Amino acid sequence: METLITGILLGGTYALIALGLTLQYGVARIMNLATGETLVAACFIAFWLFASYQVSPLWGLFLIAPAAFVINWAIYTWLLRPLVDRAKTAGMLEVDSILATFGLLFLFQGLMLRSFGGAYTSYTFLAERFEIFGGYYGLNRVVAFVAACLIAGALYLFLYRTRYGTAVRAVAVNPNSANLVGIDVASAAALAFALGGALTACGGTLLSTYYTFNASMGVVFTMKALIIVIMGGVGDVRGAVLAALILGIAETAVARLVDPGLTLAATYALFTLVLLFRPQGIFGRQQT
Amino acid sequence: MTRLSSEEIRIALIGAVAVAAAATLPFFDQGYYLSLALNIVLYAALCTAWTLFSGPTHYISLATAAFFGLGTYAVALGLDYVPYPFLVIAAAVAAAILAGLVGAATLRISGVYFVIFTLGLAELVRQVVSWLQIKLTNRMGLYVFTDFTEQHIYWMLLALTVVVFVTGWLINRSRLGFAMRIIGNDETVARHVGINTAQSKIILFMISGAFIGMAGAILAPRYAYVEPPSAFNPMISFLVVIMALLGGTRRLWGPLVGVIPFTIVMDFVSVRFPNDTSIVIGLAFLLIVYLLPDGVTGRLEQLRARLQRKRSEVEPEPAALKEPA
Repeated sequence: METLITGILLGGTYALIALGLTLQYGVARIMNLATGETLVAACFIAFWLFASYQVSPLWGLFLIAPAAFVINWAIYTWLLRPLVDRAKTAGMLEVDSILATFGLLFLFQGLMLRSFGGAYTSYTFLAERFEIFGGYYGLNRVVAFVAACLIAGALYLFLYRTRYGTAVRAVAVNPNSANLVGIDVASAAALAFALGGALTACGGTLLSTYYTFNASMGVVFTMKALIIVIMGGVGDVRGAVLAALILGIAETAVARLVDPGLTLAATYALFTLVLLFRPQGIFGRQQT
Repeated sequence: MTRLSSEEIRIALIGAVAVAAAATLPFFDQGYYLSLALNIVLYAALCTAWTLFSGPTHYISLATAAFFGLGTYAVALGLDYVPYPFLVIAAAVAAAILAGLVGAATLRISGVYFVIFTLGLAELVRQVVSWLQIKLTNRMGLYVFTDFTEQHIYWMLLALTVVVFVTGWLINRSRLGFAMRIIGNDETVARHVGINTAQSKIILFMISGAFIGMAGAILAPRYAYVEPPSAFNPMISFLVVIMALLGGTRRLWGPLVGVIPFTIVMDFVSVRFPNDTSIVIGLAFLLIVYLLPDGVTGRLEQLRARLQRKRSEVEPEPAALKEPA
């Protein structure tokens, strides 16, 4: 039971990170391998705001998310858009975007190493006990989970209840047809990429309240986010949330019951199972 | 077997002379230049082996560090029990098996899955190896004691590079190479003419992985002490991708053009600005994507094609002159 709840609490943050990536990949068609670096950067900025100006990470969200939105919008418009225009086939865009975001990955990592050093960092925020069903959990984890739910809920309302959200979903399904019905595909893709970056940054801010981080661990989170997105079915919001919870629970279970050194093995085992049996994802439809 | 063309014989001769010249290097210098040359030959072997698979398929493999580490570990584990040459073979087999498993899981579906799977593969193998080692032996690392000095390792790597080149050339002439060219151009077409695309890709990935494993096994004696984090260093995977793409992957010798300058640059940067290596790597990736999508050799070929076109515009083709009026 404790494992299950801890897993779900962890999965909440994972879901937010994966939602960011699924927007970027599903709508803007960019496989953003620098997503983990966005996350770690948000961790560091949340830490810096908290340590230097006593800004609570929850208030920090209101600063970090818009900043991430603007930066990711700029990255898409100036760096990735030319690649989209240049690519003759989907395969070419895939390779180019993978290489370009690798470049960003290392660039961001290098800049973070310069500004914050390579040491493991953490800070104490709401480190109190909180009781759920007779078990005790860190209050910071619970708060992070609730915040993640609220943000994911807001995203859901945006995507399914607003005109702009509908346009974004239409582009995710088929960019050519969306273009035919008068949707500005380019700006919808830029919006989705920026929004995805903002969500990832929110995930990072929340994660930093209870997780020890350092400048070079972005890749691990990129991996996890990618695996969640694929497990859930690319571009599928519900699938991403469910897959994130499954991954959170599986990791917590392996860390508790088997060995904390094997969490990545657990992630890979899940990934391999999905690839072998449902490569289209949990909710994905079979491709013809 | 078709006979060799005069062009091929000429290239083979030039290659043999170059290798022979490179092999004499340890007689001139045993210090810095040998050590730098060793790195160059190491990456030449790794990048060429990487290109065997990734050149024709355009799949970006990040599994290099996993195969390499496996090779290093095979030597470190078995050195007390088995003769060294046998361990190099064992490393190749182990790496090929791993490549086969990864390929079987990912190469049937789209390329993105493959990149993601290989992205964390070295990390996964590292975790599993450290876990097993601590469980079984209660130690983190392993000592590697051999009589090999840097020059022996250098010669072995040089020989391995030659073997990789010859294998690559043989593959290009074989049915597998022909199949790969069709797959690289259009996978749907390849499938329709009856090529088992997944199987071809898996076999090629296994060959490429086996060579990378051997390179790891050969390099192992250079370390006196092998630990999982140093053996499965993910940086190796990324450097191999950069160097191979920088040189260009359309020709077998393309990666060499990237390996030599980039190894020297990385050596310079890691000595003078050790904290900024990531920034250099990041900029290199961006440079390749935006300015050199086909690598330096691709750019050179473009230039040559343009020059030839210009020349043929100035003076009409000889064939056109001969035509009766």
